[in-house]
Amino acid sequence: MKRIFATLALIAAAGPALACETVTTGSLEVSRAWSRASIGTARPGVVYLTIRNSGTADDALISITTPAADMPMLHQTVMTDGIASMPHAMEVPVPAGGQVALEPGGYHAMLMDLTQVLKEGETFPVTLTFRDAGEVTIPVTVQNIGASAPTCTSPDE
Amino acid sequence: MRLSKLQKGLWALAAVALMAVGAAVVFIDRSSPSVEQAEFRPTFALPDADGRLRSQADFPGKHLLVFFGFTNCPDICPTTLAEVAQVMDDLGELSDDVQPLFISIDPERDRELGLDEYTEAFHPSILGLAGDAAQTRAAADSFRIYYEREDSADAPDGYAMSHSPALYLISPEGDWLGQFTYGTPASEILAELKARL
Repeated sequence: MKRIFATLALIAAAGPALACETVTTGSLEVSRAWSRASIGTARPGVVYLTIRNSGTADDALISITTPAADMPMLHQTVMTDGIASMPHAMEVPVPAGGQVALEPGGYHAMLMDLTQVLKEGETFPVTLTFRDAGEVTIPVTVQNIGASAPTCTSPDE
Repeated sequence: MRLSKLQKGLWALAAVALMAVGAAVVFIDRSSPSVEQAEFRPTFALPDADGRLRSQADFPGKHLLVFFGFTNCPDICPTTLAEVAQVMDDLGELSDDVQPLFISIDPERDRELGLDEYTEAFHPSILGLAGDAAQTRAAADSFRIYYEREDSADAPDGYAMSHSPALYLISPEGDWLGQFTYGTPASEILAELKARL
């Protein structure tokens, strides 16, 4: 919690939306959480973020929940012989001492059955459940529908 | 003409061989769907959101930048259309000579969801086309691309589409000029277009 306040203070000091909010659980640090604005609620939304594991044990992201969608799910865009398909990802591995990014063209959280329109500039919370590190909630910033990367930067960037 | 047992057997064998070749062709098509380097002329005739049938002839003097996708696609399609939007913005006045097309491979659902509002959210220049099943398959075959419906309980309405996610560049004369594979930076697409315009 202290970390969150420290980060919030940083954001306040750095000006609007320049630093990414970072949250931690155990040895995992989650940051750069962003989404794209939706047109209405009929089409699925998306969440991208980065997970860093400073610990010595592998972990895995096993599920997500959010009030913004009734059926959020982890997916992975897979290219096979030039064909893109998007199978359900049972889990997203977070290797010890490494990091994994949910980013365009790879792992992503797909938000089916949106309960609200995702509006650019707004945030909504997403709770991540890790196999070992447990749950953590991070605010996700909604960017333009044409965004392809987070506009915020990590503290070490 | 009466066929002997042997003749019948031979014809049966020939039929089996033909079917095997057919299966092999289908298989090869699916395993290597990327567009060949040889020049060819893809064709399409598909209605826009207003129901007006559109084909190459509607865009005289323009290069076409063509993407096959579906609007329920949360990851690859928005990323690619965002790149197209970036390219169109960066082209400045030259953008008049380029027509980006979004051809739906999930046309029925996309028409219901709204094709125009989707493409326009990325860039007003992008024209969405959604035909019937036959028109869509014909267009995809002519571009030599692959798409298929995949039933999945983990997807909206119980299905998703797998597809070739590249961008295709077509000359004003209708010749296939090349493809930009998924993830090609907008700057590279821009440079290629500028070199041709």
